[in-house]
Amino acid sequence: MPAMTERAEAIAVRDLRKRFGALEVLKGISLTAHEGDVIAIIGGSGSGKSTFLRCINMLETPSSGSVAIRGEAIALKGDGHGGLAPSNRRQVQRLRARLGMVFQSFNLWQHMTILQNVIEAPVHVLGVPRAEAMERGEALLRRVGLFEKRDVYPSFLSGGQQQRAAIARALAVQPHAMLFDEPTSALDPELVGEVLGVIGDLAKEKRTMILVTHEMKFARNVASHIVFLAQGVIEEQGPPEQIFGDPRSERLKKFISSVH
Amino acid sequence: MTADVINWGLLALEPPGWGGVLLAGLFNSIKIAIGGYSLGLVLGTGGACGKLYGGPVVKDLMEIYTTLVRAVPELVLILLLYYAGTDVLNRAAAALGYGTVNISGLAAGIFVIGVVQGAYATEVLRGAILAVPAGQIEAARAYGMSPLLTLRRVTLPAMLPHAIPGLSNLWLISTKDTALLAVVGFSELTLVTRQAAGATKAYMLFFCAAGALYLLLTLVSNLIIRFIEARARRGWAAPS
Repeated sequence: MPAMTERAEAIAVRDLRKRFGALEVLKGISLTAHEGDVIAIIGGSGSGKSTFLRCINMLETPSSGSVAIRGEAIALKGDGHGGLAPSNRRQVQRLRARLGMVFQSFNLWQHMTILQNVIEAPVHVLGVPRAEAMERGEALLRRVGLFEKRDVYPSFLSGGQQQRAAIARALAVQPHAMLFDEPTSALDPELVGEVLGVIGDLAKEKRTMILVTHEMKFARNVASHIVFLAQGVIEEQGPPEQIFGDPRSERLKKFISSVH
Repeated sequence: MTADVINWGLLALEPPGWGGVLLAGLFNSIKIAIGGYSLGLVLGTGGACGKLYGGPVVKDLMEIYTTLVRAVPELVLILLLYYAGTDVLNRAAAALGYGTVNISGLAAGIFVIGVVQGAYATEVLRGAILAVPAGQIEAARAYGMSPLLTLRRVTLPAMLPHAIPGLSNLWLISTKDTALLAVVGFSELTLVTRQAAGATKAYMLFFCAAGALYLLLTLVSNLIIRFIEARARRGWAAPS
């Protein structure tokens, strides 16, 4: 567990379970991200890491358990089928809007230019004045090296450029925390570096982020805390040196040797 | 003899030529087509959303609407809605203490074409919405958009490129469906052509002229559709 700190809890998940029919994907997961934590979630395919991430902003609704963002618990009620559903849609929308999410397949809106993508949520969800959003959006695009591409549509960009634009879109909502769902898994190998570079810079700024990734070297270098998921439970967690240097569980040892 | 076969003077804009009447008929046809098509788009958008996102009752109602309207020949629907519709409206007006109401042919025509177009547009738009990649809508949800905002900002604009081929077809069909309103005595292009031809016995001339006008309407439509399609697909990389 992370050392005791004065930092506030950004994301607190308690005993989260998720069933798809008879299949229980997550079997009671608790995890707390404090402000400034960079938590990398690793694990084999089917270990439930993406499902866990998607439960944090309720893209996937948990079967039981609780999620709190900056101390505010997301109100949940029974959905009548043995699972849970948000009982207050507006609360979920409000909390989601400040959790910048980056998807495996970018999911930039194809009918908008890069800059329009970046200012969309600030203008239409958060109510930021357009001029201000444009100014901030352009600065963010400059930061991820896409200022010249601001008026280009996403499908004209490479995967790496699209993902960097998606990161700018996530930053534009001034997120309380960022959620990365395998951000480099859909990229050609030669494009992975540019995206990891951007994410690494964000980690150095001590932005709160939870990162599902297959890039072990990257996780080791940027994360403050590593969580190893296996078969729906946290098999092992700790600082990167411990997880990669001195793994205890057999599963983690096997996993690390298999991906190296 | 050849010089007398075609009397071009009959097409003059001023009487005794019938050209002006024909153009007025064309204008009426266009008015009905635009009105009916617009109404159809509104009904179709509502119908598609109802079928995709509505509760069980709404879904069933939409299914009944599209099935019935698409099952019955349009000519029958037009006769039914025009005569029966007028009748029902008049009875209702009488029951409420109003006198008989006179329904303008234009309003009735727009209503009838709109209802028919709406049923087909429902299916075109439903298919187009289903073709929008799930990730586009998921990203909208993840950034806190409400369902309505998602529909307006993401789903509808993103489905447009998928819908345009089908919607273009529907527009061209609606321009020609206006001819069916001739049976209820509305002075659209086909009816006035028949009158002109009957009065002058120059059948060949007038029906060819009407055909040319319909063709012109289609050609102009194609230009506009091409422009709209290019704009809707601006975010799509050119096929490689």
